[in-house]
Amino acid sequence: MSDPILSVHGLNAGYGDFQALFGIDLALAEGSLLGLVGANGAGKSTLFKAILGLLPRGREAVTFAGQPIGHLRPEAMLRLGLALVPEGRRLFRSLSVEENLQLAAQGGRRGDWTVERVFDLFPALREKRHSPSQSLSGGQQQMVSIGRALVANPRVILFDEVSLGLAPIIVNDVYAALPAILQSGISAIVVEQDIERVRRMADTLVCLNEGRVVLAGPSADFTKAQITHAYFGG
Amino acid sequence: MAYVDAVVQGILLGGLYALFATGLSLIFGVMRLVNIAHGDFIVLGAYLALVVVQATGLHPFASLILVVPLMAGIGYAIQRGLLNRTLGPNLLPPILVTFGLAVVIQNGLLTLFSTDTRRLAAGPIETASLSLGPISVGWLPLATFAVAVVLILGLELLFYRTAMGRAFRATTDDAEMARAMGVNTRHVHALAMALSFAVIAIAGVFLAARSNFDPFSGPARLIFGFEAVIIGGLGSLWGTLAGGVVLGVAQALGAQISPQFQILAGHLVFFLILAVRPRGLFPRME
Repeated sequence: MSDPILSVHGLNAGYGDFQALFGIDLALAEGSLLGLVGANGAGKSTLFKAILGLLPRGREAVTFAGQPIGHLRPEAMLRLGLALVPEGRRLFRSLSVEENLQLAAQGGRRGDWTVERVFDLFPALREKRHSPSQSLSGGQQQMVSIGRALVANPRVILFDEVSLGLAPIIVNDVYAALPAILQSGISAIVVEQDIERVRRMADTLVCLNEGRVVLAGPSADFTKAQITHAYFGG
Repeated sequence: MAYVDAVVQGILLGGLYALFATGLSLIFGVMRLVNIAHGDFIVLGAYLALVVVQATGLHPFASLILVVPLMAGIGYAIQRGLLNRTLGPNLLPPILVTFGLAVVIQNGLLTLFSTDTRRLAAGPIETASLSLGPISVGWLPLATFAVAVVLILGLELLFYRTAMGRAFRATTDDAEMARAMGVNTRHVHALAMALSFAVIAIAGVFLAARSNFDPFSGPARLIFGFEAVIIGGLGSLWGTLAGGVVLGVAQALGAQISPQFQILAGHLVFFLILAVRPRGLFPRME
């Protein structure tokens, strides 16, 4: 396997005096998909925040494309090629669909992904391009949120619970876009509650429990029972 | 006819109040920062213009070529160096710090310029007027109003038509996500304050051309500015203009009843509107 595009070494992070993550190690191979699972409060979103610098972390704790990035500010991450699809979508409410995408395009890297190409991937968004982002359905908002990551032409996307609050059929639509995204050379970490789905999609699996890695390795190596066991911290 | 005249003069006075209020409205809109020193910064702008006029012999309005960028630079530096550190979920720290700044500015101006009242001589425009049938309208109030409208129009275009405006709005909506989208929110906040200070500079020069000022003239300007912002509704610049006009008209009509009643009438209308529409006339903000 080639050198990982993104890796985390002995990462400790938390909120003020509350420590939420303890010595996390993980490595994302270039072009692969890593599934991150764990119960609510296991530290998945906190790990994303720490990787992106939205929480303080050590300089050497996060390495991206061979360089330590733990000392960099969050606003530098998108330009480096590290994008987030946040839990709850968090579109900018006073910006239109197109403006949400333009903002990310401006903050990111130049490349093949453009606002128009996002509309090709999610045709439903094209006719809504001038609509306020909050007027869209949940699934469409999630498409904007994913599109916002794509137009930045990232090398890695962190997907945080993209299925949360969406109808199952919509979730399938949203995940249907994932193969095309990976084929364009983007690597990804996906946080998802649906363990079976993660096991099918992901090359590598990492399970967190109470802020610690309790299981890590190629997805094919684990049975659903093993993952469930680790998930609930048996 | 006296009342029609009062309404017209009040509307034009509202232009000046809108100038006082626009900078206040802008930074509250972008970063929920209540600038207690806003009025004192207007007076600081007036003194800065006074110094520039005395040093260069420029006309007060021409001095804006220097005063606007100088004030914008001061605004950027204060935000980046000081006020950004006070921003957070709590509204109180910026209020306390700007209150401290107000005291510093007032006493600094007192030390430098004494309590003597000053005025910027704008020349013939001060007294020139335009006859509209039975009413005559001063050119200076008319120019003040026109400048307020043009400024608000420009700021609206900036907010809704440019990449910078997009970053302003995104930062207001969700600063953490804005950072994840590559927006340097500390720089955005400082730019918003610089814009606010550019408007403050213009307000300061119009204030100084229309009335006397001294180091302690700021707080009253802050009150009028606040009232215009609240009457208009938080987050809406056109609402701020409307708020200024309502305040101006209330004061002008109050003055018709009795000259002592002018300021009080404005405050009473402010309370009345607050009682009937607590979120102001055109609220845009949740």
